[in-house]
Amino acid sequence: MCGIVGLFLKDKSLEPELGKLLTDMLVTMTDRGPDSAGIAIYGGETAGQSKLTVQSDQADADFATLAADLGAAIGAEVDLRRADSHAVLSLPADKAEHARAALADLRPGLRVMSDGTNVEIYKAVGLPKDVAARFNLAEMSGTHGIGHTRMATESAVTTQGAHPFSTGSDQCLVHNGSLSNHNNWRRKLRREGVRIESQNDTEVGAAYLTWKMNNGASLGEALEGTLDDLDGFFTFVVGTKDGFGVVRDPIACKPAVMAETDQYVAFGSEYRALVNLPGIETARVWEPEPATVYFWSH
Amino acid sequence: MQTIDLATQTLREMNATLQAQKDQTNATQWEIENPRGAHAIAVGLDAPIEVTVRGSTGYYCAGMNKQATVHVTGSAGPGVAENMMSGTVIIDGDASQYAGATGRGGLLVIKGNAASRCGISMKGIDIVVQGNIGHMSAFMGQAGNLVVCGDAGDALGDSLYEARLFVRGSVKSLGADCIEKEMRPEHLEILRDLLARAGIDAKPEEFRRYGSARKLYNFDVDNAAAY
Repeated sequence: MCGIVGLFLKDKSLEPELGKLLTDMLVTMTDRGPDSAGIAIYGGETAGQSKLTVQSDQADADFATLAADLGAAIGAEVDLRRADSHAVLSLPADKAEHARAALADLRPGLRVMSDGTNVEIYKAVGLPKDVAARFNLAEMSGTHGIGHTRMATESAVTTQGAHPFSTGSDQCLVHNGSLSNHNNWRRKLRREGVRIESQNDTEVGAAYLTWKMNNGASLGEALEGTLDDLDGFFTFVVGTKDGFGVVRDPIACKPAVMAETDQYVAFGSEYRALVNLPGIETARVWEPEPATVYFWSH
Repeated sequence: MQTIDLATQTLREMNATLQAQKDQTNATQWEIENPRGAHAIAVGLDAPIEVTVRGSTGYYCAGMNKQATVHVTGSAGPGVAENMMSGTVIIDGDASQYAGATGRGGLLVIKGNAASRCGISMKGIDIVVQGNIGHMSAFMGQAGNLVVCGDAGDALGDSLYEARLFVRGSVKSLGADCIEKEMRPEHLEILRDLLARAGIDAKPEEFRRYGSARKLYNFDVDNAAAY
């Protein structure tokens, strides 16, 4: 069991409240997943800049001179904004891959949570309310975001095993369920050159979508592909730079509720997660159909 | 009318209060406010009381119901009226998966759509759905009636025993050992009664009946390769 929440805003006036609304939804899903929690939030972009969100178990030591060290390594100005065990590194977009490689040498203990122009991913072990407080999630603004509360089944309870997973620029995925053919796909995708860093089944799901999209599929087409290629139980919610998608496996035993108004599209593992959203009383509320791809974009 | 507001009272207090109406009671009308998708609302009731839930519920609303009438004005989460024994449960909106699962008696009315596995392993309950139902509904159904005014999803009535299935719309596919059967006068009578009790205006003649071919009841050596 895990909990998923997602919120895709159509109404720009709600953007300053995205973090607050998502945090409330996330905390409501605590009893579906008290092990760890995470959130991917899509905020504003700065032209020509890319963001790397990194995490460290020795944040004080690793982050102290990181901006200067990384800047010197890649020959560009790097800005560092710290949030507890995470930091967001802003740097020129064309230096992002170089920076990733340089980080592996400069700070071997550092983990890259996400990269892209818009996405930032924060995740940690602990109760969702504590995780949210550590990163001050409620204060964040953005256009759309996805959160996850984890009750682990397929890999260890660690930051690395927490969701969301990001295997491509500005992409992220959260999952409720368990995949049974992930070892096979991990081998195949690694051979195809897709970066997969954990033993977690969900990361393979994310990598599958990345691989599909790298080969020209739209997000919708990539999601369709999961229905044929991934075996097991899944409700996936995915984010891209400007999009938000949902798909459930054909058996659809993992719960899902969606709500849509003129202001937003929202996803919750349970209706409880949605009850504090503005206008929920008059929203169109429905259960997404099995084996059906739902997708919204800005 | 007695009102319980879940914004100020706990779920356990609410259920304990309703369950305490088990014997003779004059308080027959109850209203639950602010359900906000909470789980296990109005479960284990055993008294001829009427409970109206103002809003949408989470998992297992009205589970194990006996005698009581539970009316949800919103939608219901997974497992509504699970293992109901008697009484009536009415959902004005949609019901999530496995509505009425293993129910042994009583009437479950869903005015919207029901998701997958509606009436799974039903054992005597009557279920009337005004909209559509999802896949694997009435799987291993043993007794009772499932009436669907809309369409049915994949694998309807898979491994069915003796439950009767009536569908007005299309059936995406029938499950193993489920077949269409002749609609006889006694079936029209059952349907007419259930539709009337559910307050749904539909003609029994518009429905088709499905039931068990009874070929999976016993081991058949000719089927050995299929096991």
